[in-house]
Amino acid sequence: MAGVWVIAEHRDGEFRKVTFEAASAAKKVAEEMGAEVTAVVLGKGLEAACADLGKYGVNKVLYAEDDAFEVYLVNAYAGALAGLISEGQPEVVLLPASMQGKELGGRLAAKLDTSIAVDCTKLAVEDGRLKATRPIYAGKVYADVLIKSSPQIASLRPNVFDADEVGGEAVVETVSVTPGEIKTKQIEVLKEAEGKIDLTEATIIVSGGRGMKDADNFSIIEALAAELGAAVGASRSAVDAGWRPHSDQVGQTGKVVTPNMYIACGISGAIQHLAGMGSSKLIVAINKDPDAPIHTKADYSCVADLFDVVPAMTEEVKKLD
Amino acid sequence: MNIVVCIKQVPDTETQIKIASDGKSIETDDIKWVMNPYDEFGVEEALVLQKEKGAEVTVVGAGPQRVTEALRTALAMGADKAVLIEDDDFYGADPITVAKVLAKAIEPLNPDIIFFGQRAVDDDSGVVGSAVAEFLDMPQLSVVTKVEVGDGTVQAHRPVEGATLVLESTLPCVITAQKGLNEPRYASLPGIMKAKKKPLEVISLADLGVERDDKLEIVALNPPPERAPGKQVEGETGQEIAINLVKLLREEAKVI
Repeated sequence: MAGVWVIAEHRDGEFRKVTFEAASAAKKVAEEMGAEVTAVVLGKGLEAACADLGKYGVNKVLYAEDDAFEVYLVNAYAGALAGLISEGQPEVVLLPASMQGKELGGRLAAKLDTSIAVDCTKLAVEDGRLKATRPIYAGKVYADVLIKSSPQIASLRPNVFDADEVGGEAVVETVSVTPGEIKTKQIEVLKEAEGKIDLTEATIIVSGGRGMKDADNFSIIEALAAELGAAVGASRSAVDAGWRPHSDQVGQTGKVVTPNMYIACGISGAIQHLAGMGSSKLIVAINKDPDAPIHTKADYSCVADLFDVVPAMTEEVKKLD
Repeated sequence: MNIVVCIKQVPDTETQIKIASDGKSIETDDIKWVMNPYDEFGVEEALVLQKEKGAEVTVVGAGPQRVTEALRTALAMGADKAVLIEDDDFYGADPITVAKVLAKAIEPLNPDIIFFGQRAVDDDSGVVGSAVAEFLDMPQLSVVTKVEVGDGTVQAHRPVEGATLVLESTLPCVITAQKGLNEPRYASLPGIMKAKKKPLEVISLADLGVERDDKLEIVALNPPPERAPGKQVEGETGQEIAINLVKLLREEAKVI
């Protein structure tokens, strides 16, 4: 029977939210294919946590424990997963399009002599095969793709697929598998400032552009973001001006983001920026120029000076319970 | 030391992408083609190593004849030589096929490091570097913002969600470049003149003994989903607008 597999991702001994999103998406695909969902967990000391994946629709967990799996390294993981997949012959393999999944997916597809649909935002089943939708040109166009070989591998964009708790408990089967040859080691982990949320996984993003005028003014963006539990983003011009780090850039040559709400402050809306944030679920634009292209994309347009609106907004949000 | 930089030629990011009448490809008539912006970081890093370690830098691209322009740009920046795998039907190929072809072309160059941009800004796959590493049985350092080459090893900084990993690999190794790695230089006028005389070898898929066997098929391209028209938030002052906006976000959109 065709199986749908999910590659679980974990860090610091816990499954990441993107794993639950992928499991829920796998559940829907499996239902349409008349298949079961198997999650593959490579790790160390994670056996107890594995049964919990059942909550998200996973029927069975294949758990492989090894010192080499405690920290993700692409060679170790790809070698082990390719072995398990060759043996189990799933029809579909899903993984998160996280930093890890993007690296792992390509390697796995090459190893298994198949292909991969990267960073998908929609999955469907047609004639028993997976049809994946993925934004290309940073979202200027959406491509529907098929993979003509097995397994059909797809990685899923974070924060697009809902993690649905359907209840249940998965059967955990411990398996033994040899890690791939390790040619890379992790020397150190430099943690970001406490509580900093990554743009690709943030549910709310407050972003600033050229209209911020200088680096110091980003303090009002940070204050609003802190109240909302949001991540701070920036347009390319703000990054190129040196006001924000490269890692904050949203757009075609930065991060493509899909938060529940994107608040653009002093951003005119260059085509590359609109491409990178255009699939946000809700867009708020704050820009005093009524002709700024960002207003055409916004669900809520504020034609006003951001230096008046943003601090006042922070105060209003503080008043909410 | 031999360094290879793989280059893709992509539509300039200013381009309005139009879907062609076949519904599966894009209109290419009015496109300005440029070197993929992330590949520029790979070229720059290679040129730093060319100076520091006396490395020879070869740039490799695949696609129709126009790809020569992107390769010449890299030569003008300072790369030593170029290889074009010429194929008129290569744009939009399965990235795993692309990797197979590149791996075949790169292997005889005996590289210590192969640089890629972390992804191409057209198909946004970002898998070619990973797949080439697999086909050539090399380790990889993906999406990195700092590279330090030692004796037989290379260290790199890889930002991931909420942290930056410091990784070390043995050489040879595949490295994919992220923005922040360096500031790519512009080609100088003398550089552009010199580039015209640098070797640019043109080979075909047949020369490499590779046949196209794409497994990823694009069945349709569609414009992005339409967004419902938005509304202008009312208010006489910035403060009034802020108050109304927060109210709408709370009561209508229910996002806060």
